[in-house]
This record gives sequence, C-alpha cells and structure tokens, in this order.
Amino acid sequence: MTTAVLPAPQARLFPALGAVYRAQLSRARVARIPLLFVATFQSLGIMVMMRGVVTTGSADAEAAQDVVAGSTVLVVAFVALNLLAQYFGRLRATGGLDHYATLPVPAASVVLGTAAAYASFTVPGTVVTAAVGCALFQLSWVHLWVLALVVPLSGAALSGIGAACGLLANRQEIATLLGQLGMSAALLLGVLPPSHMPTVIRWVRDLLPSTYGVEALARTFATHPDWTAVALDLAVCAAVGVLSLALAAWAYRRAATRA
Amino acid sequence: MNTQATPAPPAPAPPAENCCKVTGLTKAYRTGRGAKAKTVLANSDISLEIRRGEVFGLLGPNGAGKSTLVRQLTGLLRPDRGRIEVLGHDIVRHPDRASRLLAYLGQESTALDELTVALAVETTARLRGLSRPAAAAERDAVLAELALEPLAHRPLAKLSGGQRRLACFATTLVGERPLLVLDEPTTGMDPVARRAVWAAVDRRRAASGTTVLLVTHNVIEAETVLDRVAVVDEGRVIACDTPGGLKALVDGDVRLDLVWREEPPLHLPLVAALAPRAAVNGRRWTVRSSPDEARDLVAQITGGPAFAALDDFSLATPSLEDVYLLLGGRHEGLVK
Repeated sequence: MTTAVLPAPQARLFPALGAVYRAQLSRARVARIPLLFVATFQSLGIMVMMRGVVTTGSADAEAAQDVVAGSTVLVVAFVALNLLAQYFGRLRATGGLDHYATLPVPAASVVLGTAAAYASFTVPGTVVTAAVGCALFQLSWVHLWVLALVVPLSGAALSGIGAACGLLANRQEIATLLGQLGMSAALLLGVLPPSHMPTVIRWVRDLLPSTYGVEALARTFATHPDWTAVALDLAVCAAVGVLSLALAAWAYRRAATRA
Repeated sequence: MNTQATPAPPAPAPPAENCCKVTGLTKAYRTGRGAKAKTVLANSDISLEIRRGEVFGLLGPNGAGKSTLVRQLTGLLRPDRGRIEVLGHDIVRHPDRASRLLAYLGQESTALDELTVALAVETTARLRGLSRPAAAAERDAVLAELALEPLAHRPLAKLSGGQRRLACFATTLVGERPLLVLDEPTTGMDPVARRAVWAAVDRRRAASGTTVLLVTHNVIEAETVLDRVAVVDEGRVIACDTPGGLKALVDGDVRLDLVWREEPPLHLPLVAALAPRAAVNGRRWTVRSSPDEARDLVAQITGGPAFAALDDFSLATPSLEDVYLLLGGRHEGLVK
C-alpha cells in the first residue's frame, strides 16, 4: 500500500480561459495574419462583384443591405467556423490535444478560450468589410456600432459549430471539409436577399445560424431599424452559441480521452 | 477548487514506497473493418511497480506498447482490464486526477508550435493552476535553467527539432509535479541539451524526490540514466530490473563488431567460418561470443589478411540490446 499524495489543485475556469485566449491570440502574429487577409479580401471581392448587379439607392435597398451584411458576417464564418474546424481537426489528428488533456483544466476553458480568440481575429476584417460596403453601396454608417454585438454573438455561434466539427470529425480531412461546407453555406445563402430565393432555399437559409447575424446587421442599415427584430435575431445567435459551445466542450472531452 | 485527496490508508509505510503500481493492465485495439477486422493486444497483462524517487524506464522498439501503457498511466486512455495506482490514487476510476499528480511530455508539440517558447511555458504553468506572477517567475527560472533564454521569443515551429523538444520539456517542469512522465524526451537533441535535461531531472530528484518514468528506445540513454528498466516487447513486460541486473543475464558474452571497407572477404576461411554466426547490418557484422574466443578472433583478424578489408572493429561488453534479444525480443528497433 502507498501513502496518497495530495493532488495539486485544478486550474480555475476563468484564469485558464484567459491563459488559453492570450496564447491563441498571440498565434495570430505567427500564422493567422495571411488568412485574415484572405477572409477580408474574399468578402471585399464579393461586394465589388455584387456592386455590378445591385444598384445603390432606394430601388435595391434590401439587396444592398443583404450584400453588405452577408459579406461582413462571411468574415466571421471564414475564420470562426472554417479555420477553427481546421485547427481543432489538426490538433486532434496529430495528438496535440494530449497537451491540454494532461493539464488540470476544465474542458470549457480550452474550447471557449480558443473560440473567443478566433472570434477576436474576425474583428478587423468585419469592420473593414462593413465600412467599405457602406461606402460602396451608399448605406448608413450610423448604426454600425451594432457590430460590437453581431461579431461576438455570431462569432460564438459559428465558432462553437466550427470547434464541434473539428473535434467530432474522426479524420483531419473531414474536419476541413465540414469547415469548408459550413463557410460555403454561409457564403451562398448569406449574401443575397432572401426575397429573391425559392421557398425551400429560404427554409435552408433559416436553419443557418449565420443568417441571424446577417439579418440583425442588415436591419440596422434602415433609417429607423426594427430594434425588436434585431434583438430577436441576436438572441437566436446567442442561444445557438450557448448550445454549440456546450456541444464543442463535450466533443473536446470525448476527443481528448480517446485513443 | 478541488483540493481533496483520497484519504491515506492507515497502514505503516514500507521502506521504499511505490509511486505507481500497475496490475494486470490489458488494452486491445480493433484494426480493419468487416471480415478483415482483427483484435491487436497493445498491452497484455502488464504488472509493474515504480518506486518513489527513481528514474524508471520503459525500453522497447517502436510499436512495443510503451506509449499505450503511458497513455493509460496519464489518464488519456482507459484500459480494458487492470488497475493503475499513481501516488495512492486509482487512475482508472479517477483519470482526471492524473493531471494533478504528474506532468506529461508527449511526442507531439502541435498544441504549442505557434507559441513563443516563453508563452508556451507560461501558459502551461497557468493551466497547471499557477497564478500569473507565479507562472511568470517559474517561466523565467526554467528558461534560465535550460539555457533557453536566447530562444524565449521565437515560436516553437521555427526551432530545430532538438530545440523544440527542449522547449516542450521546459513546459513539463513548471507547476512542479511529483511524477514526470517523459516519452522520448531527448529525441533530436544535441549532447548539451541532453545534459541540460538530465541535470534538471537530477536537481528535482535531489530537492523533492521527483519520480521519473522515461519511455525510450535508446539503449545508451537507458543504461546511463535509469535506476530500473522494464523491457517491453509486443505489449508484454519481458523483464524488469536494474540495467546492471539485466546485463548480468548475458554476463560472460561479449559483442564483436566488424565493419568492412567494402564486401567482406569471404574467400578467407576465417571470415567464411564467421559468416553464419554474424548478424549483418549493411557493412557491419555483429558476432556474440565468449571473451576468450573474441580475443582470439580479434588477434586472428587483425594479424591476418582479413585486416586489409577491415574498416573498423570494436569489442564491447553486453548492452541492454543484447538482453532484449536474449529474452526473446523479436524486433531490431532499439537505437544504440
């Protein structure tokens, strides 16, 4: 028989979350900056392209608002969903999760810290895209402050889904594929006005969490926005965020303790 | 915060207490699908005890089941059968306690690759529950101890293999743990870095009685740093003793290595007679024999016409690799 040694204390949730967030954020300097440019250029390119078919002014106001809002939220989908799915997929496939799994940290701190960092990476890209979009389509800048809510809430929803995809996929390529598919869906269904789409496609669009971020932002380009509808859209993002991040934390525990 | 420990049993402590006790550990994997599905035993009924304060080694070729055993000890993998006790805690029932008792250095660094050395060490310390000032202080101390200061602000991904390994080793030293589990810690390191690793381990053993479980397939390292070693082959422990005790099993035999310049001169009767007994590895022949016969062979080869064809030769006392082969190890995966 042996005398039991007192185990060291567990790291607490918020300090651990903060440490993961800070470490992940520092990675941007090394590896993420080129990808952030890609995310922003993709959205700017789509807006320039759409400027060729959507006129400015009141005639096509709804279309212009959807193009700018959709392109802005696409930056979030690219980074938080696609890149995060790839990151966790690679970490799982290469055994990198062992490092975190052999440290006494709550699963939520690793998932939330990483997701928060990826959501933060999207801030410059979304601001630039929204600003350029407003200039290009002559939309009002007045309510752009709503990005301060749209980015974290749609970031939470999309990064939770991205993390869960990366952690649940049993192969790295599947994680990459899921991330790409999620981003493509946000791209194809997010940047065009829903009134131009067939009913079935609109149902599919309504199933995408990114749609609610797009709608919330699009509504605020109106002179007198319907703030109740904006709040409802953001509430959907928040609810999906809570669910998807909880799923991601569960997926992390499952992935970390498997062979 | 949970700082509760399992209550210690009231029994009096024996002279050398166990750090880890593994009993009847078995882990099987399924490979392939459908009709081709096979069950492979990664670990088969492994039992061993590691004493507190010793450097205990798991030696065996790649694929012997060493890493599977370690992953179970660290709570990463659940065994199919068997018991694992680490410092008085049941790790099979409470795998979460492993991370609070031990620090693990795995073979992969992908979680840390894009961080700078300083941030990788500091973040790991924070995740071991240290406060910000304590983590920063330990970071500075460990970087100085391992002479990593000049690399502190470079990302791990941009370092050489050995430097990256040393930076990962640094992360296991912060937030001090009574047990260090190191899976091939010195792979790719130069001798200076390797000495820094073992000096750091020795300091912790002297100061706090730290126990080390070392996974290696490097025979020289095993012989020089280990107090005791378990030889693992095909998922089983085929021997467990001190390196000296194990080598006593093959006492009496020596190993003669002959390296030929080009093709061995098989037209010479002496060389032709030796050929069937030699283990051939490229231009190197290895022959095991009694010391008297070996001396005689060296005299004949170096004094005769075979010497002209010889590039190098050496006569060595038995190594742990000889023990491994004598015990029935079937793989030539050990590194000398």
